[in-house]
Amino acid sequence: MSGDHDDVVVEQPKNFAFTAENLERAKAIIAKYPAGRQASAVLPLLYIAQKQHQNWVPRAAMDYIGGLLDMAPIRVYEVATFYTMFNLKPVGTYFLQVCRTTSCWLRGSDDVTETCKRKLGIDIGGTTPDGKFTLVEVECLGACVNAPVLQLHDDLYEDLNVELTEKLLDSLAQGIVPPKGTMIDRQTSAPIGGPDTLTTLRFDGDGNAA
Amino acid sequence: MLRDEDRIFTNLYGIHDWHIAGAQKRGDWSGTKDLILKGRDWLVEEMKASNLRGRGGAGFPTGMKWSFMPKASPDGRPSYLVVNADESEPGTCKDRDILRHDPHKLVEGCLLASVAMGASACYIYIRGEFYNEASNLQIAIDEAYAAGFLGKNACGSGYDFELYLHRGAGAYICGEETALLESLEGRKGQPRLKPPFPAQCGLYGCPTTVNNVETIAVVPTILRRGAAWFAGFGRPKNNGTKLFCISGHVNKPCTVEEEMSIPLKELIEKHCGGVRGGWDNLLAVIPGGSSVRMIPKSICDTVLMDFDALREVKSGLGTAAVIVMDKSTDIIAAIARLAHFYKHESCGQCTPCREGTGWMWRVMERLVKGNASVEEIDMLLDVTYEIEGHTICALGDAAAWPIQGLIAHFRPVLEERITTYRAAALARSHAA
Repeated sequence: MSGDHDDVVVEQPKNFAFTAENLERAKAIIAKYPAGRQASAVLPLLYIAQKQHQNWVPRAAMDYIGGLLDMAPIRVYEVATFYTMFNLKPVGTYFLQVCRTTSCWLRGSDDVTETCKRKLGIDIGGTTPDGKFTLVEVECLGACVNAPVLQLHDDLYEDLNVELTEKLLDSLAQGIVPPKGTMIDRQTSAPIGGPDTLTTLRFDGDGNAA
Repeated sequence: MLRDEDRIFTNLYGIHDWHIAGAQKRGDWSGTKDLILKGRDWLVEEMKASNLRGRGGAGFPTGMKWSFMPKASPDGRPSYLVVNADESEPGTCKDRDILRHDPHKLVEGCLLASVAMGASACYIYIRGEFYNEASNLQIAIDEAYAAGFLGKNACGSGYDFELYLHRGAGAYICGEETALLESLEGRKGQPRLKPPFPAQCGLYGCPTTVNNVETIAVVPTILRRGAAWFAGFGRPKNNGTKLFCISGHVNKPCTVEEEMSIPLKELIEKHCGGVRGGWDNLLAVIPGGSSVRMIPKSICDTVLMDFDALREVKSGLGTAAVIVMDKSTDIIAAIARLAHFYKHESCGQCTPCREGTGWMWRVMERLVKGNASVEEIDMLLDVTYEIEGHTICALGDAAAWPIQGLIAHFRPVLEERITTYRAAALARSHAA
């Protein structure tokens, strides 16, 4: 129930169809569900449509998916507008989602957001005039021990601060997408400086860790 | 401190190979067939004896939950296991590490749990944002199929079992089990009224059990090492090992597996390098994900991290996501953030939650500034009680509790903020 989808006035394409490859992908997904339960595939299919269509889902794609799944168009619309991961209007080439929830906020997510706003010259929800960047704030991304984090498309960038956010944006401005994950010297969710547990294990090939 | 040999998630940090070969070296998929052949009743009894309580937040005994599933299907309806991998509770990122670094523990657990419940198929519902995690998990599933561990005659046991991965699309409410089922069926994630409970009428109208990722992923190790081993950790009824995620104002935030009932102070000092600025700089902790009431330092000094100890101090273990706040924290703003979260994530179905979460957030935003009257604190508290318990699902409760915790422990801070704001406003009007 986000307000993000309100007042959508965008130029909608007239037609939409999956590419041959995506249609195969869609059929494989539909096959996961029992006969007659193909509506279960609506979320994954909307996701494929979004990937195929510059990271947003036009109305024509919803109608097309409704046809594929034998769903009334309204059933697809209500799903597409309920879930926040679907963009219902065009977004920039780089779609930046900064986590704003408490764990990230405690470690400086406001700095990350402010850095994005300042460097890109846009507000939350805005897109740069060249169409390169869109900035939004989102709720908890589920990487709280690596806070603050920012999601770019399918990947998380973790352990950010002002400088690292600037570095990330500079890199993207040049068309270079840095490696995903933590932006500092750290092993995933282990404590900074290295794990203090799981350091004594050797694996003997069977049974329990020995 | 828990010994490394007693840790279940041996690849928590992704240092080792998460693929099937690496997983087998760490003991996964060893003797799975024998466990299946011990039969459904043995599996359920063993899980009951382990005292495992659900790791998704509610802490319901897992073995007992499994025993609610029907033994026979006179009408031919299949039974399902659904795994809740919609990890979205603020502060929580434990399942993420299982999904990306130890996916075979979950895959094997799905098979064993399904045998225990007579489920012929399992769907894992993973939050849409976890793209890379879903990708690893799908590869693990494919590897298990290729090895003959899943599908027809799984592990050569004669049991037929299908496992599917399903991605969500960004909705916290889908972590609520019946909203998850709605979403899995292709609808908006709006919770269902209970009864009927999923064990009678769940996915596609069939008997269904919904379990958290961590709950299912610990099953194979418990069965291999024995219920008594698992029950040997923690206090009675709070047994086992547990993943804790400690975020916020600690020197080294991390996810770590520890023994249940570990003192909160020990957890933070041993694994997280202590509170930023030292223990005495601690203000408060949200010990179980955003949906539980915070506890002030005086309680943190001695409290144990388990279901019953935290319930006694009117909080909860929840997902064991520990959010630490030091004395520099604007505690009102911290809770206002959470109020915004619940406003954003309310599905809109029940009026008290749909209207109440927005109302509470707006009041909280005014309280951050102090732009309120002292009487409004009690009015806000009153409204939280009107929301709590008056909605179909627990999101209404979850939205109410953080604010109740704030008022219970930090009322003087709220009052002081209001007084200061009023004094400043008065001074401005005199100056004008």
